[in-house]
Formats: sequence, structure tokens, C-alpha cells
Amino acid sequence: MLKRLISSREALLVGAIAVLLVLISSRFPGFVAPSNLANVFNDTSPLILLAIGQMIVILTKCIDLSVAANLALTGMVVSMVNVVAPDLPIVVILVIATGLGTLLGMFNGILVWKLAIPPIVVTLGTMTIFRGFIFLLSDGKWVNSHEMSEGFKAFPRAEVLGLPVLSWIAIIAVILFSVVMARTTLGRAFYAAGGNPHAATYAGINVGRTQFWAFTISGALAGLTGYLWVSRFAVAYVDIAGGFELDVVAACVIGGVSIMGGIGTVVGALLGALFLGIIKNALPVVDISPFWQLAISGAAIIIAVALNAQANRKKGRIILKRAEHAT
Amino acid sequence: MKRRTFTKLTAGLSVAASLFGTSALAQDNMRIALVVKALGIGFFEAAAEGAEEAAKELGGVEIIYTGPTDTTAEGQIEVINALIAQGVDAIAVSANDTDALVPTLKKAMQRGITVISWDSGVAEEGRQMHLNPSSNALIGNMIIKLAADHLPDGGDVAVLSATTTSTNQNIWIEEMTKVMGNYPGINVVSTVYGDDLADKSYREAQGLMQSFPDLDAIIAPTSVGIVAAAQAVADAGKIGEVNVTGLGLPSEMAGAIESGASQSFAIWNPIDLGYSAAMIAHALASGAAMAEPGAEISIGRVGSITLDDTNAAAMADPFVYDASNIEQFKSIF
Repeated sequence: MLKRLISSREALLVGAIAVLLVLISSRFPGFVAPSNLANVFNDTSPLILLAIGQMIVILTKCIDLSVAANLALTGMVVSMVNVVAPDLPIVVILVIATGLGTLLGMFNGILVWKLAIPPIVVTLGTMTIFRGFIFLLSDGKWVNSHEMSEGFKAFPRAEVLGLPVLSWIAIIAVILFSVVMARTTLGRAFYAAGGNPHAATYAGINVGRTQFWAFTISGALAGLTGYLWVSRFAVAYVDIAGGFELDVVAACVIGGVSIMGGIGTVVGALLGALFLGIIKNALPVVDISPFWQLAISGAAIIIAVALNAQANRKKGRIILKRAEHAT
Repeated sequence: MKRRTFTKLTAGLSVAASLFGTSALAQDNMRIALVVKALGIGFFEAAAEGAEEAAKELGGVEIIYTGPTDTTAEGQIEVINALIAQGVDAIAVSANDTDALVPTLKKAMQRGITVISWDSGVAEEGRQMHLNPSSNALIGNMIIKLAADHLPDGGDVAVLSATTTSTNQNIWIEEMTKVMGNYPGINVVSTVYGDDLADKSYREAQGLMQSFPDLDAIIAPTSVGIVAAAQAVADAGKIGEVNVTGLGLPSEMAGAIESGASQSFAIWNPIDLGYSAAMIAHALASGAAMAEPGAEISIGRVGSITLDDTNAAAMADPFVYDASNIEQFKSIF
């Protein structure tokens, strides 16, 4: 039991993060101060939210490359809504953001489910379509901080029990989806649909519909994050979060989510996102030449994935041996 | 993958647009293409406005405002190829890469198209002349002066640039370093790169404030970086301690000036820049002026420019924006 716990992916990742923090603090001690770690967590919150959605999609053997574009489109729409109606309560903004994100996610889901188009093609297409929509909507113009209302910008920054609302939303999402994934029929269906689609079908699970719901959840989280993103950085334009979908997929892969589907946990996605977030936040302060930074981020991802692959392979062998002994 | 599909789509659209366009237009209209780094950037939209103004003033000129949807040289090459196929009279380009566009632009010149670069230049053999918005030396001096003006007793400043390979930013920082001797007591403690991404620039600015607790100013000679840095300073509660300055657009910086995160910043007037580029392209394409070292070309209301040995010219000094004039300019660009 203990051995399993130690060799589990999550434990390995926690260890890797601890080593990373020690390395960073040897160069910049201030990084591990609690207030700074809280800042890093806050900065990583958008990545955590998207990684949870992405994990669910990847579990069902799909991939959602449109999350960053969904985020950008929703962010632009709520910013423009805010410019037109600055007095709209934040609750309404949150509903619009999540609702629009959900619709965009459903659009992906419908194409995958009903038209059976490969998810990578669908989301590659919708990614471009969503970015194009932002262009059409905004005419390529920025929505700037002085055009946004104070309340709109203050919400993710507001402190509750010492942490900004942005961080709390990530924490709540982690708890909520941990429960959903472990304790609900839909949650288990995600694992079944990706782990063994044929068996899942025989068990009465509609694989297509399960994938549809995965995309819907991913879209909803991306939409919510869209509002949080534009209000945090107080600017909305066509290219916001450009290339962020790759960070999100990387966070999942680092977090031990199998790209083949069926394997992955919310905690894994959380840790994967934190690992990336720590690297991103540490690079500016550890005084490493910017010319090296990209190479270092990339190397960290490959090392994490290599370790991952290694761990998975061992697991497979053990199962075979047991089967051998049993017969 | 995403980029290629997107730019192809745009190139396809512009070709389609040109097919529709040519038939409807009178043949004697001079067509000047204003090719920008990417569509949807406020600065270039303002430049297009200026070019339109020049077209109106000149008469018989049609401005084609175009560019890729993201800042890649590949995207621009496709756009320029489409323009060559359309047979425009002149191409005025703000390049994403100094060298990558040269073969395509050479092809354009062989077909008798007037080619000039403006804002961000291409190598000498790829254009007839280059119009700098200002001289690099003046900009380099201006960005450090902006910081120094608010630090009478000296202090520590840091630079937040775009990418490590951005031609413009690297030259300005180099020029800035040359004149540091004129600003005793001002130390540049670090140069970091935000890659012109809001989130990365924000993190880099946060990192600067952590690494250098006594930092007095952040100089960001890039419009994405300066906005992100101002937001990071405001969020860190360091308004008044850390002054964010550099190059930005009034519409995008109005909030930062209002909050006090930025005391002042500079930019040339993009409207004048687009106007001048169109004026020069018209003068060269119509044969009213020749692009040769020492030549003087009139650029209408902006004045005139004189080409140097490399056929490059500077338009004007950068203009400083602060609390006194931001209201007036923020609605313009």
C-alpha cells in the first residue's frame, strides 16, 4: 500500500515540485516565501482551471485545442459587454462567460459526437474559427483597462480569507471535479469511455455523448477563465492567451493524464499545472539568460513526460506478471 | 499548424478580394498597398487611417490596407505575393523579419512595383527606401530620458522588452545604452523579455520587482509589455514606487496614466507615419522623386525627409504623452 503510494504518479510529481522549489530557492530564497507561493498559485489558477477541463476531454480519448481560443473569445465578449453595460452585476458577467464557453464547448462536442470527426481536427478548426470571431467582433481593436469598469476588474483580485477570488475559484474547481470524477456516474463514464470504449458501450455508456459532455465541461471552464483572464490582465485583444492550449495539454501530460485516454486524475492535472506554473514564475527571478529560458521550459516538460512514460510501462509489466502467475 | 492554416485562409481571402476589386476600379487609380506586421493592432489601424488621409489629399490613390493575422514573416510573404499578382503600384511594408521578405520584395521590384519599408525595416536590397518613425538614436535616448526625468536623484531601472529577436527593441536598447553616460545615477539593472504576451510580460514585471526591491522604473519599449507591466505594478501595490514608462499607445495606456502606474510614455504619431509612408510611396511610384542617398522627399503636412547613405530617413521625434494630454489622444489611437 505504502509502496504504491510512493510510486504513484502524484507522489512523484509532488517530489519533483519539491525538488524544483529547493533548486529555485537556492538561487532566489524569496521565491518560497508563503506570500510568493500564494502569488504563484494565483498566477497558475487559469492554467489549473483549463487543465481540469482538458484532463476530462483527454480521458475520453479526445483533445481540445480550442480552449485558449474559447477563453479569448469569451474574454473579448464579456469585455465588450462590460464596455456597453458597465453597471451589470458580476454574477451576470460570470453567467455570460460560463454560458458562452459552454455553448462553444458544446459546438465542439456535437461535431465530435454526431459527425464523428476526429477531435483534433474539430478543435483545430474551431480554434481558428473562434479567433476569427474575435477579430470580427472587435474589428481587431483592444479593450483597454480604462474602458473596463472597476467592479469588472476587481472581482478576481478581491481577497477572501487571505487569498484572491481567482485562487478560490481554482480551489473550488479542483474539489468539485475531484468529487464529480470519483463519485458521479458521469465522472466514471469519462474513465470508462476512454479506458475501453467497446466495454463501455456494452456497459450501456454512450461514448459519443460522454465525449460531448467532456467538451462541454472543458468549454464551460474555458469560458469562466476567459472572464478571469481579461479582468486580471485588464486587457482584451485577439491574441490573448495565444498558444496557451499547448501549456494546458502539457500540464495534463506532466500530470500523468494518458494521452491514450482512460488514465488521469484531477489532482494530477492540478500538480502538472503547478509544475509548469512554478517554472514560468521562477524563470524571471532565477537570473537565467532569457535565451535559455525556452529551452529549459521545454526540457522540463520532456523530462516529466519521459518519467511518466517510464512509470506507465512498469505498471503494465507488473500486471502481466501477475496474470502469468495466476494461470 | 494553426498559423499556417490561418494565414493561408487570409491570403486566400485577399486574393478573392482582389479579383472582385480590380474589375470595379478605374484603371488610372494608383494603388498603394500598406502591408503591416499583423492586422488588428491599434498602431497599424491608425497608420492606415493616415495613409487614407494622404490618399484623399493626393487624389486618384487607392490604399490597400493588408497584412497577416499574426506577426510572422511567412504570412507577410503570402500577402505580398498576392499583391504582386494583383499588380499594385507600390508596396509599403512594416516587416516582421529583416531578411526573410527580401526575395519576395525583390520580385516585386522586378515587376516595376515601388517597394518601401516603414516602421520596421527590411534589408537594403529588399526595398528602395526605408522610413523610420523616428531615428533609433532619438528613441533610445527618449526611453531612458522618460525614466530619468522622474528620478532627479538617480535610481535603478530595468528594461522589459518584446522578444529576444525583435529588431526594433534590440536596436533601441542598444542606442539607450550608448547615451547612459548622459544620465548619471541611473543604473539599468536588468533586461528581460515578455515576448509581447500579456501574461508573460506581467510575470516578468513581477519578477523584476521581486529581484530588485529598490527598482524605481520599468522601461518597456513595446505596447503589450508596457500595459502588462503597469498592471503588475498596480497589482503589487507599488504605484508611486515603480514608474512604468517606455513606448505605448495612448488608448491602451490611458488607464495606467490615470492610476499613476505610469507617469509618462512616448510614441510617434502612427497617423503621421502611415500618412508619410503613403506620400513617399506615391512620390516614388509617380516618378516625382528618386530614391537615392541625399534625396529630399516632401511628405506633405509632416514636412520633408532626407535619405541617408542607406536610403533610410527619419520622420520625426517621438512624442511624449502624460496626464496633461492623454485625454485628448486616447480616443485617436
